[in-house]
Amino acid sequence: MAEAKKLPVPQGNPETAPFWEAASQGKFMIKRCTACGEPHFFPRSICPFCFSDKTEWEESSGEATIYTFSLMRKSPTGPYAIAYVTLKEGPSLQTNIVDCDMDKLKIGQKVKVVWKPTDGAPLPFFTPA
Amino acid sequence: MTIKGKAYIAGIYEHPTRHAPDKSTAQLHAEVAKGAIEDAGLTKADIDGYFCAGDAPGGLWPMVDYLGLKVRHMDSTDTGGCSYLIHLGHAAEAIAAGKCSIALITLAGKPRTGPMPPRAAGAEADFEAAYGATTHNAYGMCAMRHMHDYGTTSEQLAWIKVAASHHAQYNPHAMLKEVVTVEDVLNSPMISDPLHRMDCCVVTDGGGALIVTTPEIAKSLKKPLVRLIGHGEAMKGPRGGKDLDLTYSAGVWSGPRAFEEAGVTPKDIKYASIYDSFTITVLMQLEDLGFCKKGEGGKFVADGNLISGVGKLPFNTDGGGLCSNHPVNRGGMTKIIEAVRQLRGEAHPKVQVPNCDLAVAHGTGGLLGVRHAASTCILERA
Repeated sequence: MAEAKKLPVPQGNPETAPFWEAASQGKFMIKRCTACGEPHFFPRSICPFCFSDKTEWEESSGEATIYTFSLMRKSPTGPYAIAYVTLKEGPSLQTNIVDCDMDKLKIGQKVKVVWKPTDGAPLPFFTPA
Repeated sequence: MTIKGKAYIAGIYEHPTRHAPDKSTAQLHAEVAKGAIEDAGLTKADIDGYFCAGDAPGGLWPMVDYLGLKVRHMDSTDTGGCSYLIHLGHAAEAIAAGKCSIALITLAGKPRTGPMPPRAAGAEADFEAAYGATTHNAYGMCAMRHMHDYGTTSEQLAWIKVAASHHAQYNPHAMLKEVVTVEDVLNSPMISDPLHRMDCCVVTDGGGALIVTTPEIAKSLKKPLVRLIGHGEAMKGPRGGKDLDLTYSAGVWSGPRAFEEAGVTPKDIKYASIYDSFTITVLMQLEDLGFCKKGEGGKFVADGNLISGVGKLPFNTDGGGLCSNHPVNRGGMTKIIEAVRQLRGEAHPKVQVPNCDLAVAHGTGGLLGVRHAASTCILERA
């Protein structure tokens, strides 16, 4: 399981530092472009759609649905469920579905963000809502 | 401007080894280079262009020096397993532009002997590295969604492995020569849902090389003539998380570009080399290249349709990555080599496609479920 292995510490950089600062307060931030209106994740300073530099931080609800997943059974740290989830606000992102019966996961299932500690900022995972 | 017919593949070589603990990686590059140069009937001094990817130790500087090459054109584009398909297109561009006249492309390495060096981190690292994306589960996620959206089944995926195994039985160098059934695939252990062990390709040491040259030089040599008439390349990723769709690949862009340049359609193709890192990779690529409609890949591959002499589209007649060889976890090179064998009439007689005059070699590189490139080459017997 994800918990069984030591999680990597987010290295951060000037572009993404606000995400990790908010993460430490339990807030899941995405970026939205005020020029084209599109939200995106992971966060960039220049919009990956219209290339405007008018992107702003926005707190996500942390609510999402499972787009797809795969239960990795052959892992030295035990089985884990990798997934893409689609946030209520629109963007999809890669994650693990944790703290659940992995054999019961389904595409379309509702999940919510849950934070796991590292030696630095916490990392976002998702768990059935 | 087009590269159509401006470059010929004059030399091919696939290393017979599948396990090489007694050789260095640079040595394997040299051995496959030597093999391809000799296949073409040339000498090393004739080479004036060199292409290698991330498997070449240290990249261009040490490789050009180690091999003792003197080149006027070089390219180290690295897009994982499809690098060599892209190299072939780029070599044709360079030849058409007069930047070189005889290009060497090499691939070699030893993932079976030891661990592979890690890739440098991209901008996404902090947001993805913790989640354990591997080849198996990244392709597993594609298969899971393809099944959800289109009703594709594990039985249909299994037919792809079955077809590869039918071909591999005739390849003396294939790592897995045993013919398997759909039931064998379904009964093999689940690795990452919904992919079983037999949905996965082999891990092998080894390599391969190509010689690409001008029409004039190719015609002066003794090998049957094979030319590149169309090439496409493209890349796909989650792109900020907008409209995520893991049921198609960058092949939807590289394929049509290559077919358009060649002036042919998938219906004209007699033989297809399709990168088979996993069974789902083949199914998605066949759809993306237009051999069938999106979502109908399952029906298309079932009942032996990919078996040479049995089905309508003979594929990977060397046994492919699923059974024969997947050197350095990069399948693009061997895809080109088997397509050239088919066009030369040099495939094993049991799998040789009669009057094979038009072939496609196609592959992806990177992780299909995360970020990947695709490249399509249309090859013709001249």
